[in-house]
Amino acid sequence: MTTTPAASRSRLDPEPVPRRDWLGLSSLWAAAGALLFGVTGMLKLPKAAVLASPSKKFKVTLPESLAAGEAFVPPGRAVAIYKDAQGVYAVSSICTHLGCVVKPNAEGFECPCHGSRFAANGEVTKGPAPRPLPWLKVTVAGGAITVDEATTVPQGTKVA
Amino acid sequence: MVPTEEKDALREFAASLKSVPTRVLETAFRTGTPNTDRSRSTFVFGNVFLHLHSVRTHRWSLRWTTTMGLGIMSVSAFLIALVTGVLLMFYYKPYPEAAYQSIKDIHFVVPTGRLIRNLHRWSANIMVIAVILHMARAFYTAAYRRPREYNWLIGIGLLVVTLGLSFTGYLLPWDQLAYWAITIGANIAQSPREVTDALNLTDYFDPGGMQRLLLLGSDQVGAEALIRFHLLHVMILPLAIAALMGVHFWRIRKDGGMVRPADADALLTARPAESVTPVFNEAPVKTYQLAAIVRGRSAAVGRGQENTVPSMPHLFYAELGVLMVTLLACLALSLYSDAPLKELANPSIPENPAKAPWYFLGLQEMVSFSAFMGGVGIPAIVLIGLALIPYLDRETEGTGKWFGGPGGWPLVRFSALLGLGVPIILEAAVIRFGWLREWFPHIPQLIITAINPGTILTLIYALFSMWCIRRYQSTRAGALALFTCFLAGFIVLTIIGTYFRGPNWVFYWSPSDWPKH
Repeated sequence: MTTTPAASRSRLDPEPVPRRDWLGLSSLWAAAGALLFGVTGMLKLPKAAVLASPSKKFKVTLPESLAAGEAFVPPGRAVAIYKDAQGVYAVSSICTHLGCVVKPNAEGFECPCHGSRFAANGEVTKGPAPRPLPWLKVTVAGGAITVDEATTVPQGTKVA
Repeated sequence: MVPTEEKDALREFAASLKSVPTRVLETAFRTGTPNTDRSRSTFVFGNVFLHLHSVRTHRWSLRWTTTMGLGIMSVSAFLIALVTGVLLMFYYKPYPEAAYQSIKDIHFVVPTGRLIRNLHRWSANIMVIAVILHMARAFYTAAYRRPREYNWLIGIGLLVVTLGLSFTGYLLPWDQLAYWAITIGANIAQSPREVTDALNLTDYFDPGGMQRLLLLGSDQVGAEALIRFHLLHVMILPLAIAALMGVHFWRIRKDGGMVRPADADALLTARPAESVTPVFNEAPVKTYQLAAIVRGRSAAVGRGQENTVPSMPHLFYAELGVLMVTLLACLALSLYSDAPLKELANPSIPENPAKAPWYFLGLQEMVSFSAFMGGVGIPAIVLIGLALIPYLDRETEGTGKWFGGPGGWPLVRFSALLGLGVPIILEAAVIRFGWLREWFPHIPQLIITAINPGTILTLIYALFSMWCIRRYQSTRAGALALFTCFLAGFIVLTIIGTYFRGPNWVFYWSPSDWPKH
C-alpha cells in the first residue's frame, strides 16, 4: 500500500483513504439494515394469518309464531332475522359505530353504548353511527335457513 | 505458646462474629455512615440507585410549591402498582372464564387478595391523576423550556404509556364492564375506517382494520385479545415505562435539576441556622469539588454551592414522605372502596351503559359524536400540540414561576372559565337539539366527521389561543390559554360522561332517573 511518508503526517491526521471509516460505516449500515429487517419480521408475527373465531355461517329455524316485521335473534348471534310476505332477510345487529350489539325494538334498533338509532331497514336515524346496518346473505334450501355473517347483500334483498 | 495463639484466634473470631451486623451495615454504605458533607456525597454517587439524583439539591427544588411532589407521587403509585401487580400474577390466569374465576378467587378466597387487588386498582388511578397533574405543574411553571424540551417529550411518552397500562389492565377481569370497554376501545382503533369507508378506500388502504387486528389478534374480543392485553400489561408496557422513567429522571439531573426562576436565590429567605436541623448538620466545611459538567446556567461549578443542601437526607426524606403519603392514600381508598367486578363477559349483550375507565369517559363523550375524530383525530392533535409546546414557546419570561409569562394568572383564570363554559353550552345545545344526523338523515358521514361538537370545541379553543398570541404578543400566552382550555374541556367532558350519561348514552340528571330494566 502506498502511503505518504510518516514524517509528513501527524497521528491526528492519519490516512488519506479512511479505510477504518469505510469499515465502520458499512458495519453501521449493515446493522441498521439487519435491525430494520428483523423488526419487520417480528411485526409479521402478531398479525394472525388464521383468525381463531367461530364460523360466520349458521343454520337457523324460525319459530312458527314469528310475525311479519318482528325480529328473531338466534342465541349467541348478533343478527336479527325477519320474515314477511316477500321472504326472509337478516340484518346485522353490530353497531357500525363502535361494535356494540344493538337491540331490535318497535321502530328499528337502538345502541346501548353511544345512543345510535337505526330504522327497521338499518338506516341511521340518530347518533354517531357512520353507516347503515348491513343486510346479510340468507339462503333458503327446503325450509332450512342459512345466514352468512361474513357476506353482505344490498338493502332490501329478501329470499323467498 | 500454641494454646495462647489458639485462644487469641478464637477471641478474634468471637469479636468478628459479634461485629458482623455493624460491619455488614458499614460495607453496605461503602463510604461510611452519611453524616458529613463528604460522606453524604459519596453515599449518593456511590449508590447505583441513588445516583440518579445529584449530590446536592437547590433549596428552591425542596420548596413544597415547586413540584408539590407530583412526579415522585407518580413513581410511588407506579411502584405500588408494580408490587401488587406481581402479587396478583400468582393467581391470575389469562384465559376467558378462567380469568374471571381467578379474579373472583383473588377477590373472595385468596388471603389479602381483595386488599391487594384494591391497592392495584387505586394506585393505577392515582398514577393517572398524578401524571396529569405533574404535566400541568411542568406546564404552568414553564419547566419545559430550554434545556428541558426533550424531557417534556419523554414525559408525554410516559403519559401515553401510563394510559396504555391502565387501558390494558381494564380487560383482564373479563367481566361485562371489561369486555365492552375493550370492544369499544378496539373499534376506536379501527375508526380510521370511518374516513377510508367514506372515501371508498378501505379495500386498498385499511390502517384502522390493521390496528384492530394487531390489538385483538382476531376479529372479535376473545382469548387472543386477552392474552395480548395481558402481555402488553405485564411485560411490554412496564418495560417501556421503566426505560422511559430511567431517561426522564436522568435528564432531570443532566438538565440542571428542577426548574427555578432566575432570581430564585434572591427569593429564598436566609439559610436556616445549623442548629435548626442538628441531626443533619452541615459540618465539616466543604472538602470536595463536584467535577461533573452540567448543562445550563444552574451548574454550581465556579459559583460555589450557595443555597444547595445535601440530597441525603434533605431530598430523600422528602421523597420518602411523598411515597408514604401515596401509600396511605391508596390504603385508605382500598379499605373504603372495592374494585368492581360485574358478571362474566357476555359477547351478545352489551353492558348498558358500557363505560370506559373514568379518564377515558371524556374521550367516550367525544366518540359519541364521531368515532374517528373523538377517538383518534382530536387526541392525536392534542398530543402533537403538547409535544410542540417547548419548540414553539422559546421565551424566557416567567420560567420557574407558577402561571409565569405574559398574561399570567388572570389569563389562566379567564381561559379556565372559557374552557369550562364553551363545552357546557355546546353539550347542552347538542343534548337539547341533536346534531346534523337528526336534522339531515342523509348527510354524508365525512361532513359529520369534520363538523361535530368535538371539532368545533377544538376550533374554538384554537382560535382563542391564536387571539391570545396576538393580544399579548407572546406564544407562551397562547400556550397558557390553550392548555388551560383543554384541561377544562377534559374535566367537563369527563364529568358529563361519568355522571350524566345513562343507558343508551342518553343524558340523565342523576343515575336514580335511569330506567329500570
